[in-house]
Order: sequence, then structure tokens, then C-alpha cells
Amino acid sequence: MKQTTATSDIARPTVKMERTGDQLQLVLGGDWSLKSPERLHAEAVLADLEREPGVKLIRCATSEVRSWDSSLLVFLWEVEEWCKNRQVKFAEDDLPKEISSLLNLATSAPEQQTGRGSTARHSLFYQLGSWVLGKIDMLIAAFEFTGECVISFQRILARRGKVDWRLYWLTLQECSAEALPIVGMISFLTGLILAFVGAIQLRQFGAGIYVANLVAVAMAREMGAIMTGIIMAGRTGAAFAAQIGSMKVSEEIDALSTLAISPMDFLVSPRVVALFLMMPLLCLYSDLIGIAGGAVVGAGLLKISLVQYWNQTVGSMGLTDIVIGVVKCSIFGVIVALTGCQRGMKCENNAAGVGNAATSAVVLAITWIVASDAIIDVLIEMLKI
Amino acid sequence: MISESSSPAESNSATSSPSRTTPVIEVRDLEMSYGSYVVMRDINFTVLKGQVLVIMGGSGCGKSTLLKYMIGLKEVTHGDVLYNGKSFVKASQEEREEVQRTFGVLYQAGALWSSRTLAENIGLPLEEYTKLSEKEIRELASLKLSLVGLKGFEDFYPSEISGGMRKRAGLARAMALDPAILFFDEPSAGLDPISSRHLDDLILQLRDSLGTTVVVVTHELPSIFAIADTAIFLDAETKRMLVQGDPKVLVKEGPPKVRTFLLRGQEVSAPAGNKQVSA
Repeated sequence: MKQTTATSDIARPTVKMERTGDQLQLVLGGDWSLKSPERLHAEAVLADLEREPGVKLIRCATSEVRSWDSSLLVFLWEVEEWCKNRQVKFAEDDLPKEISSLLNLATSAPEQQTGRGSTARHSLFYQLGSWVLGKIDMLIAAFEFTGECVISFQRILARRGKVDWRLYWLTLQECSAEALPIVGMISFLTGLILAFVGAIQLRQFGAGIYVANLVAVAMAREMGAIMTGIIMAGRTGAAFAAQIGSMKVSEEIDALSTLAISPMDFLVSPRVVALFLMMPLLCLYSDLIGIAGGAVVGAGLLKISLVQYWNQTVGSMGLTDIVIGVVKCSIFGVIVALTGCQRGMKCENNAAGVGNAATSAVVLAITWIVASDAIIDVLIEMLKI
Repeated sequence: MISESSSPAESNSATSSPSRTTPVIEVRDLEMSYGSYVVMRDINFTVLKGQVLVIMGGSGCGKSTLLKYMIGLKEVTHGDVLYNGKSFVKASQEEREEVQRTFGVLYQAGALWSSRTLAENIGLPLEEYTKLSEKEIRELASLKLSLVGLKGFEDFYPSEISGGMRKRAGLARAMALDPAILFFDEPSAGLDPISSRHLDDLILQLRDSLGTTVVVVTHELPSIFAIADTAIFLDAETKRMLVQGDPKVLVKEGPPKVRTFLLRGQEVSAPAGNKQVSA
């Protein structure tokens, strides 16, 4: 079949077949190396074997093999598998001891398939179906978690739930004073951008002063709340998910549960309450800074005096606008805290799980913030507030 | 098989001072599953007061899962777990929490609360379930820490100490409420042989001086022979619990699979051979 042609230092691996009756001898030779430029694949030889009917026994002669590594092993292993499938005897005894012992290891009883972590491939419909079911489960889990949180508040108010008060104060600090710089910067820029957009349009009609109205109402009703919500989702929601997730991975949550301390009371409720209380304040701060951003454009671009701008702003918005924004922002706070904590509690028990929990907490929180904002706006419109 | 500890048992809990032969823990026909996939079925065993039970078995056969079922971290769907004759599974939430308060659990990696110092870690259960003053709690925490050889580490955070120390601190926390039953999840995993030996000694000392019932999940042979009064073997292949008994007896007279396990994979001939195993 294939002949040895020793051209360089590395000789080509070769296999010759010698048939005697119902026995077949594979005479192997050359260098069997994964590094050699020409390697011999078992398929070719197996295809030749298929054309030899009535073979009962296969032997291997390895005396001509000059060197070998895994490439010879994989070849023999496949030949042996082939023999096993076709009830042909494979004479392992002829092989050198090192090779036969390795082959023995490879063909010995495999680890039991446990049924866990099956990697079977499924059709598109199956995948689509399980994706939808997964999303429905997620939605149900979110509502369940909200319910558990309400029950936890009841327990705490009845003084039966153990709360980590230090965590509560830390969270208060983390989502108030420590959030001021970033919320301030983003709000200032948001106000600035709103004013620019308005200025370009309104200047054409000589109505530049109405930039103040635009910025004030937009910041108070929408942008202040949304921007604060999104910043806190990225900043605090992700942190909640990662903190709780890593506690879950290191079994710290289990340790709480077995002490009959509810993780909901101890870890989740203080975070939710802290964010719920601080978000309105952040929202007011954001409104104010946003209006300041608008004023900068008004003064710089439209040459409106600051007093005039302020008077226009105060005149343009009512208390309702501010209240609507503040209420929205409280709701966003609850959304951010709940999604962060829920993703953390549902975190998978490994390091990658913590990362996934943080990512999905942010994505979910932002989605819910925008969706609930739209719902609230529609409700307000319907109720004519 | 029953321990011969002399000091009176300090019952401090829902345990209404059961006598030496009362089963403290009874597991009946327990079935463990992940969703619809059954990991292990027909688990039956009892642990008497002051005994050390070792849950043995190969990696991934569900030893730690069994522990989670026993301490209520996983909901039992089939079978029953009884503590002092009372069903833990059918108990109401309050009753269950009451029983849980008599548990001390040492988790695989210690599971200390990372945002709290060691003293605060030990203090938390005391804060929650006793009316002690802050000073008393601090003193008790120091005592428990010195019991596990961590005197002077009260104000360290878990991240500042080594894995073995974390494990010992976890034990100190597990002992905070003077539990009636201590559960250990792979206590010697990740410990050097000497630390592991110290931990074994500590477990036995606790058992002897406090009359604590101990449940240990481990596959460390030296530990098994050193501490176990009784042991159960979970077999992943048949998905069943094979046997309950003293490992020193099991190694000579147990089922072949258990003997192979206890002899570190040595093939065993069918009936009890004449192998001498020093325990």
C-alpha cells in the first residue's frame, strides 16, 4: 500500500497490510510524529480494511516504527474502535508494552454519563420555545421576588426580620453623596444638550427665551428621573448584583439561611429602602443641575440674562411637573434595587455567574426604567394630570 | 459505636435532653433530585446523640447535596428528615427555624460574611438569638476564636486571613450558638495534612466535651477512620445509599464497593479478606 521513503530525518509513517487467511497484519513503520509534515490518517487505512472481507483478527507489527507519539496512539485507537464495532479481534499483545497500556487506559470504562449538562443540539423551534419559556420564567421570578420583598417589609415592620443596619447606612451613603458627582455631570450635560437642541429651533422664530421652558419641563418631568435612574442602574444596580452574587457563590447566603436569617430581610430590603429614599433627592438635584446646564446655553448662546432665565424657568413649570419626576425616580430606584438584588440572588455558582448577574441587572433595570416611564406617561396623559 | 463521652450533654435548644440512644437525626426514604433528574434515592439512616456520622462517596455523588437537604437549604420533595423524632420536612416555618437554630454549619470555604470582621461574624448569630450585651458578645466571640486557635484575630476581615484560618473561623462561627448538631461540608478540603488532622481532633474534642452530634461530608480516608462512629456510603452508579456502619468494620466486612473505596481503590475479593487495615 504505502512504502517507506526515507527522504529526510523524519521518515513518513507507513502502514502495509499483509493478509494471511482470516488474519490481517498491519506493518507499521517510519516516524509517527504530530510534528511531521506528512501524517497518516486512520480513515484511509480503515477504508482499505472495509474492502477486506472475512477478516477475523488484526495484528500490528511495530518493529519498523522508529519513533512515535500520540499520532500512533490515535491511529491504533481508531483501528481498535473499528474492530470493536465489527466484532473483529484486535491483537493488542503484539504491541509494545507502553503503547498497549496507554491504549488500555483509553479504552477502559468511561465515566458514567450523569444526564447533567447534556449538550444535545435541538431544532430552531425547540430553541425558540425554550427561549420564550425562559423569558416567561424570568418574568414570574421577578414578580415573585417583588412579592417576597413586600413580605420582608412586613416582617421588618413587625420587628421580626433581622436587618443589616450597617449595610443600610452604607447603601444610603453610596447612593446619595457618593453619586452626586456623576449624577451632576450627566445632568448638567443633559440640560446643555436639551438647550442646544431647543435653541437651534426656537431662535429661528425669535423665541429663544422658551429654551428655559423646554429645559425646565423636560428635566423635571422626564430627563432628571431617567438619567438618574440609568446612572444608578449602572452604578448601584450592578454593584448590588455583584455583591449579592459573590456572597451566593461563597455560600454566605446559605450561611444566613441556616441561621434562619432571611437574606431578603438582611440584604435585599435595606438596599431597596435606601435607594427608594435617596432617588427623589438625587432627582431634585439632577433637575436643578440640568436647569443650570440650560442656563449656560441660554446665557452664552442666546444672550439671555440669568435672572430672566430663572424667572422664565420658575414661571414655566408647576409643582406637578416636579412631583411627577420625583415619583418616577422613586419607582426607578425600586426597579434598580430589585433587579440588582434579584439577579444577584439568582446568580449561578461560579465566577462567570457573578459577571453575568451584574450585566443582566443593568440591562434589565434600564429596560424596565424606560418601559415603566412610558407606561407612567401614558397613564398621566389618560388621567390628565 | 456510640461515643463514650463522660460529660453531660448541654442541651441548649429544642432538644429536650434525649437519652444516649435516641436518634437525633433520622433520614427516611429521602430522594434527592435536580429538577426531574434524580441524583440519589432510598436514603435511610439514623444518627444517635453524640455520634459522628460521615457521609462518604465519590466526587459528585451528591454528598454535599444531602447535607443541603438535611439543613433545609434544599426543599425535600420525597421522604422525610426527622430531628429528635419530629419531622423537619412537615414542620411549619417557625418550627423549622427553631430547629435550624440548633444547627451549626461549616461550609466548604468557610462562607464567612466578607463585609464583617471575624468577631462580627461570630457575633451576628448571638446578636440575633440572644439578649447579650455588645461586650458579652465580643467576649464570647473572642472565646470561640481562641478555641479554634485564632486568638487575636478578632478584627481581621475574612479576606485578610488564609484559607485554613477562614475554615477555622467558620467553625468558630458555627459553634457560636452552642449547637446541638454540627454539620461539616468537606472540612479537610484544601487543608494540609496537619491542619486537617487538627480539625479532626477539634471535631472529636467538641463532640466529647459538649456532646454535640456531628455530621461530616468528606472523602478523606484518614479523616473518615479518625472521626467516624458511623458512616454512610452514597453510590453514584446505582444512585443509592449502600450501607451504614462503622468504617473500621465496613473496611473488613462491608460491600465490595465500600471496601474498595475505603482501601483507596484496591480491588477486593468477594468475601471479607484477611487484609489488615490499621484504623
